[in-house]
Amino acid sequence: MKKYTVETPDKTPRIDLLKKALFDARPQIESDRAVLLTQSYMETEGEPMVIRRAKAFKNICEKLPVTIRDNELIVGSSTVASKSCQIFPEFSFDWVEKEFDTLATRSADPFYISEENKKILHEVFKYWKGKTTSELATSYMTPETVTAIEHNIFTPGNYFYNGVGHVCVHYDKVLALGYNGIIAEAQAEFDKLDVGDADYVTKSAFLEATIMSCRAAITYATRYAKLALDMAEKETDDKRKKELLQIALNCSKVPANPAESFYEACQSFWFVQLLLQTESNGHSISPGRFDQYMYPYYEMDKNKPDFDKSFAQELIDCLWIKFNDISKVRDDASAQGFAGYGTFQNLIAGGQTADGEDATNDLSFMTIAATMHVLLPQPSFSVRVWNKTPHEFLVKAAELTRTGVGLPAYYNDEVIIPALVSRGLTMTDARDYNIIGCVEPQKSGKTWGWHDAAFFNMCRPLELVFSSGMDKGKQIGVKTKRIEDMTTFDEFYDAYKEQMNYMIGLMVNADNAIDVAHAERCPLPYLASMIDDCIKRGKTPEQGGAVYNFTGPQGFGIANMADSLYAIRKLVFEEKKFTLAELRDALDNNYGKGVSTDLVGKIALQLQQSGITVGEKEIAEITKAILEKTDGEKYAKIRDMILEAAKFGNDIEDIDALARDVAYTYTKPLEKYKNPRGGSFQAGLYPVSANVPLGAQTGATPDGRYAYTPVADGVSPSAGRDVHGPTASANSVSKLDHGIASNGTLFNMKFHPSALEGTSGIESFIALIRGYFDQKGSHVQFNVVSRETLRDAQAHPEKYQSLVVRVAGYSALFTTLSKSLQDDIINRTEQGMF
Amino acid sequence: MEQNKDLSVKGRIFDIQQFSTHDGPGIRTIVFLKGCLLRCRWCCNPESQEYAIQTMIRNGKSETIGRDVTVGEIFETVKKDLIYYRRSGGGLTLSGGEMLCQSDFSLALLRTCKNYGINTAVETTLSTPFDMIEPLIPYVDTFLVDIKHMNSAKHEEFTTMKNELILQNARRVSAVAKRFVVRVPVIPGFNDTPEEIGAIAEFAKSLKGVEEMNLLPYHRLGYDKYVGLGREYKMGDVPSPDKDKMQSLKSVAERVGIKVNIGG
Repeated sequence: MKKYTVETPDKTPRIDLLKKALFDARPQIESDRAVLLTQSYMETEGEPMVIRRAKAFKNICEKLPVTIRDNELIVGSSTVASKSCQIFPEFSFDWVEKEFDTLATRSADPFYISEENKKILHEVFKYWKGKTTSELATSYMTPETVTAIEHNIFTPGNYFYNGVGHVCVHYDKVLALGYNGIIAEAQAEFDKLDVGDADYVTKSAFLEATIMSCRAAITYATRYAKLALDMAEKETDDKRKKELLQIALNCSKVPANPAESFYEACQSFWFVQLLLQTESNGHSISPGRFDQYMYPYYEMDKNKPDFDKSFAQELIDCLWIKFNDISKVRDDASAQGFAGYGTFQNLIAGGQTADGEDATNDLSFMTIAATMHVLLPQPSFSVRVWNKTPHEFLVKAAELTRTGVGLPAYYNDEVIIPALVSRGLTMTDARDYNIIGCVEPQKSGKTWGWHDAAFFNMCRPLELVFSSGMDKGKQIGVKTKRIEDMTTFDEFYDAYKEQMNYMIGLMVNADNAIDVAHAERCPLPYLASMIDDCIKRGKTPEQGGAVYNFTGPQGFGIANMADSLYAIRKLVFEEKKFTLAELRDALDNNYGKGVSTDLVGKIALQLQQSGITVGEKEIAEITKAILEKTDGEKYAKIRDMILEAAKFGNDIEDIDALARDVAYTYTKPLEKYKNPRGGSFQAGLYPVSANVPLGAQTGATPDGRYAYTPVADGVSPSAGRDVHGPTASANSVSKLDHGIASNGTLFNMKFHPSALEGTSGIESFIALIRGYFDQKGSHVQFNVVSRETLRDAQAHPEKYQSLVVRVAGYSALFTTLSKSLQDDIINRTEQGMF
Repeated sequence: MEQNKDLSVKGRIFDIQQFSTHDGPGIRTIVFLKGCLLRCRWCCNPESQEYAIQTMIRNGKSETIGRDVTVGEIFETVKKDLIYYRRSGGGLTLSGGEMLCQSDFSLALLRTCKNYGINTAVETTLSTPFDMIEPLIPYVDTFLVDIKHMNSAKHEEFTTMKNELILQNARRVSAVAKRFVVRVPVIPGFNDTPEEIGAIAEFAKSLKGVEEMNLLPYHRLGYDKYVGLGREYKMGDVPSPDKDKMQSLKSVAERVGIKVNIGG
């Protein structure tokens, strides 16, 4: 039986008021959490870490300022000011202090910080020297790994500096049992323990910590109930007074107890969502299948005679605003990689049930409507598509795409479910997958997936082939054969694989070092209460408490690598247009566009090693000498020949096959590695927006890409190189093996709004998605804005404050992005209809 | 073995566009054939008119327009989007130029498509003798036929050809075609009057089996190509008809009792 009607209620005026307040707010850094955490830590020295974490969380829940904003129906904010953030010194703090004075003015994601808070944090940070996860992680890494990170082969920056996050918890359990129910469960487990058990010590400490954390969450909600009551007393407007009283009622009941209405379920949900992002700053705390686990509460109301669907819609819309009220400050480099204040709270609608039936319901349509009503980047809204997805659901999704908000992202059940089964999930768990963060599939409430473990720049090992493993004068890679001695393409390709294998090993070492550091220093007992089987095993997820454990680092640069290898095979080895050595010189000279700092550095180092002091004057002389010797025209000609060669993204069999193969050089070696939690590594193929900052550290590549320009994003073709329209582009991308990249692939397409005009535009758009998915593509997302609009927004940001674009695995406000990322988005091929 | 013969038939094209959604139903691949019998002043593809291979300056670069291909080669590209045709009800569209000028090639390509179950459409002026059109009819799912003016002298003035043969072919083809759509380029100063559009609508309605008429507003997108070919752009700076104008012409045609769309 169909559980839905297509029609959804309209937006209420309240939503516009809430949205306006959000836009008027300036992102700030607040210090309360850092202070409360540190106070607690100082008092608990010497106690078990998991207990210390719980006590700190309790202290935060008891004392963090509580705030109810005007017009809110759903309450709970971790900061006094909207869109602001707290600080999490337990993970890292060095960069915060170093960037104090530039945070407010930097190009990507600026945050205001008061002088007073700088002073407070400065004092707090003194305690943390030597105690953070990042410091411990570094000490666990081998020197070669540290070197590879320094040389930007890969970056494990996210979890190195921050909490892990990237999880979807058992929201359904909190809604159904309340924290009181979960506490009872943990208590029952505790009661079963015998002091003589081998694991009594760790298990009892864990259960005590988890129970304490759940109680803390209840306390936090109770404080909101009290605040709402206080505010209601003072409120003169009768309508608002009534609302505040209802809020007080809700917060005194949930999340302690089971929810018994849709409103209570929404409020309970929000406390979970908020507190997970208060316990740790790991981002991508993803609500997952909201339309599924919320449906029973919606249905409870629906069966009542006074059911008001438009109130249910308003509540969802209110939640959608709240998702945007949470923010996160990152170090400058990471901020460029995750630009747009993203919190990546991925929420997904549609798809199939655990039993393999279509899951679409009223809430699936209402979540689309909510996204349409607020038109904001959060939640990162996604839809699941499978063979039985109702057409009308896709029509509504496409209408949302047409607004240009960059949402939803489309996911293909037919690829993802078997991929997850291949990683050891049961069929029912795999069918019930949701998406984490950008594009990473997992089963909610059972997985500690480490989905954003690292970014691996596949172009950098290629550079090492040309230098036999030397980088900036240092042997950091494998000493592969000199290119002058290579006589076949296979020799060259084998050398690349050797460099890849070596670097992948080092990346695994980096990830596992960080993994252990999190387990030792930052176990999360609150989160653990909502992940199976933590309570049964008596372990936090960091310590191996989850049913499914993964580590998912992302490789990127597939298109550049495919185009590069193809050009080398064809032009160097088949047609002998130039030699590898000539190509290397062209790359070193950035195709005649100038001298790479790398080359100057190499020469300077050689001079230094032979006893000559090299200063600024010498550097200038070296540069001049190289430029005089440089045959710029010759190198430009080499580039012209390369540009003439076929490129990935145009549905050309030869090169697409090479792309598939080169992706394997990353995805296959990675599969064999294990993490300390007993899980395995699985590859993703996408860079979020790291293709811009990490591209800025990559020299010229043999695909004609100039040095320091962005690398291709996701599995998409290189910007501007796909010239045969969206079907050709999609056909090429679909030829990659999306199944093996079970941590997700990301395919960006950019459409002019006219492409989706009218019914026929929508129908063709849906057919395009269906066609791509028929061919086993895994994910696709769309930017629907014109190039002119984006250019104008760059020139007049004030006119486009609410222009949302799809950046990578998420949407962001265009005007908050750095200029270089804006340029990258503008340059992605605009797929018009002819 | 007939199909093998079809694959080796040669023709001359100047472009292929994938993911076209305006010329026929669904997602389509359009093959543009070179050579046309008409010389319409407003033609937005002036490089299509000559059968000869030409040189055109585009974005400051000299470009060769036109290449000789076999049906087999073209079909390789057409086949690439099969999956999208099935999902959208789309397929192949032959355009030009005038595809009837290379009727052997067109027939072979259309027949090959039908063998693969691909939907076919042709954009045509029906300006050749009927016996060149007739063999194609069984292999065409949609005829998109330009009817530009009901007055033959005026037709000749703007297109260099009288309209009697075209109108006569329209009657004969529509009587047997699976689907026949009348398309009218709305050209300022030529046919953009209620009287003329009304007259074309009357004619369209009189055709057996015609349910739909499209009004295509004149646009200037071809201007650069005239410059690139070193030709004079005879339309000068005549602006495109605006939305209101198109709407009012649409209602004129609708009053005749035929379904009208603006655009393809």
